[in-house]
Amino acid sequence: MNKIIKQLIFYCVLLGLWQTLVMLKLWPPYVFPTPAGVFESLRLGFADHTFSIGVGVTMKRMLLGYSLSMISGVGLGLLLAYNTFFEETLGRLVVSVQSMPSVCWLPLAILWFGLSEKAILFVVVMGSMLSISINTEAGLRNVPRIYGMAGRNLGASGTRLFLFVLLPASLPNLVSGFKQGWAFAWRSLLAGELIFVTLGLGQLLMLGRDLNDINGVVAVMVVIVAIGFLVDSFIFRAIEGRLRRKWGLSTSV
Amino acid sequence: MAATIELPLAAAARERKIWLNRVSREFPNGSGKTRALQNIELEVRAGEFVCIVGPSGCGKSTLLHLIAGLDQPSEGEIWLEGRRIEGPGSDRILIFQELGLFPWLTVRQNVEFGMRMKKLSRRERQERARHYLRVVHLSHFEDSYLHQLSGGMKQRVALARALAIQPDVLLMDEPFAALDAQTRDLLHDELERIWSTTEQTILFVTHNVREAVRLGDRVLLLSYGPGRIMNEFSIPLTRPRHIEDVEVALTAKNILAQLREEIDKSVRAAYHDE
Repeated sequence: MNKIIKQLIFYCVLLGLWQTLVMLKLWPPYVFPTPAGVFESLRLGFADHTFSIGVGVTMKRMLLGYSLSMISGVGLGLLLAYNTFFEETLGRLVVSVQSMPSVCWLPLAILWFGLSEKAILFVVVMGSMLSISINTEAGLRNVPRIYGMAGRNLGASGTRLFLFVLLPASLPNLVSGFKQGWAFAWRSLLAGELIFVTLGLGQLLMLGRDLNDINGVVAVMVVIVAIGFLVDSFIFRAIEGRLRRKWGLSTSV
Repeated sequence: MAATIELPLAAAARERKIWLNRVSREFPNGSGKTRALQNIELEVRAGEFVCIVGPSGCGKSTLLHLIAGLDQPSEGEIWLEGRRIEGPGSDRILIFQELGLFPWLTVRQNVEFGMRMKKLSRRERQERARHYLRVVHLSHFEDSYLHQLSGGMKQRVALARALAIQPDVLLMDEPFAALDAQTRDLLHDELERIWSTTEQTILFVTHNVREAVRLGDRVLLLSYGPGRIMNEFSIPLTRPRHIEDVEVALTAKNILAQLREEIDKSVRAAYHDE
């Protein structure tokens, strides 16, 4: 409760500061957005369904791309964790390629797939899959040896040892990998949408720029931040909190 | 039963449960090899409680891992009732020093784990888990997670998890080393009580000679690097015993003198390395 009050006060003060800056008229109104203008843009955006459609289109791409990333990322992570040959060869490559900003895949994606959904999905997958696979690999490798031994001792082997011991033991690491993967996918998707793909939130941002509508631009940014906030608090924080309570890790997050 | 102790002959007449035939284990070590165990020849009879003491690094844990089938000997073979041990089996369960309980499962799920791997029915799993949690006095904690338990309670979860599989042989690797004296006392009593009703064969590794004398029918002394069986003491004291008993203390004193020599050797070797 205390925390919520603190947050409430913080945001009120932030809004107040913003409004004060607006009223000081330091910059012309087409450069500096106003709280009222942004609110109005948000209201209009949702009223004529532009924003809802934008959110819907972007989230659909996100879910599809992210699911593909999770599946392929975990698969690749398994390969790297349990096969020394691939770990020593492909593992290095994965880490290097992962350090490349995902927008750099865009020209390649356009050449391969044209200005299409496929191209944007490709960028999203390339942006997040590798970080998921790196975390999966680390998670599986860092499972304390004792769990594997205890599992074998109690009669688990092969697939069952993996499913009932190694996988749950590495779950906290896997979840942080998924969380990181989500962030990478989200960034890649919006970067891609900014550049060429129609209908998503990225395009709404660019539309705002084309119309010189600063309030509209900020309104879309607010929507993007809000989605990030909601996904983090209702999905990842919830899952992490559950894991932490089970494992007895510190709950002060 | 306790009768086996009062009549050592009866124990001697029992069938041979475990047989280690000239077992050695080497580990690769940089350029060469370290011999952890050398030429171990050991017979354990069914229902016997054997304690193994020795300085740290003498291969006590390795010995239990070999019998558990989690590790393979470099030479020699290990037999369990006429079958050669080649891997883990539910006829013998090792209780690790670090316990290896699963933090993502509740107490009851931990106890049920081995039975789940054996594909026992849900009902049987629940009944047995409930029974063994009662045996170790943890009935009220079946839905707790491990971090909510004290060290002694975790120790008892590990014991219940092993017992629930109803193995013939229990292998215990310094299970009570990290506990305070009172809790350890209590668990000694419980272990002795459980053993006397289940007639399991127990191999119990410890660095505490008194604990070994308090629990064992027989105490084996392992030498430092490579581990060999240096000496063997049978403990004909009546049960139930207590760790503060005079007879326990006196018997331990003799064994301790020999152990101390081995510890000195290990300490000197450690200094030499530096």
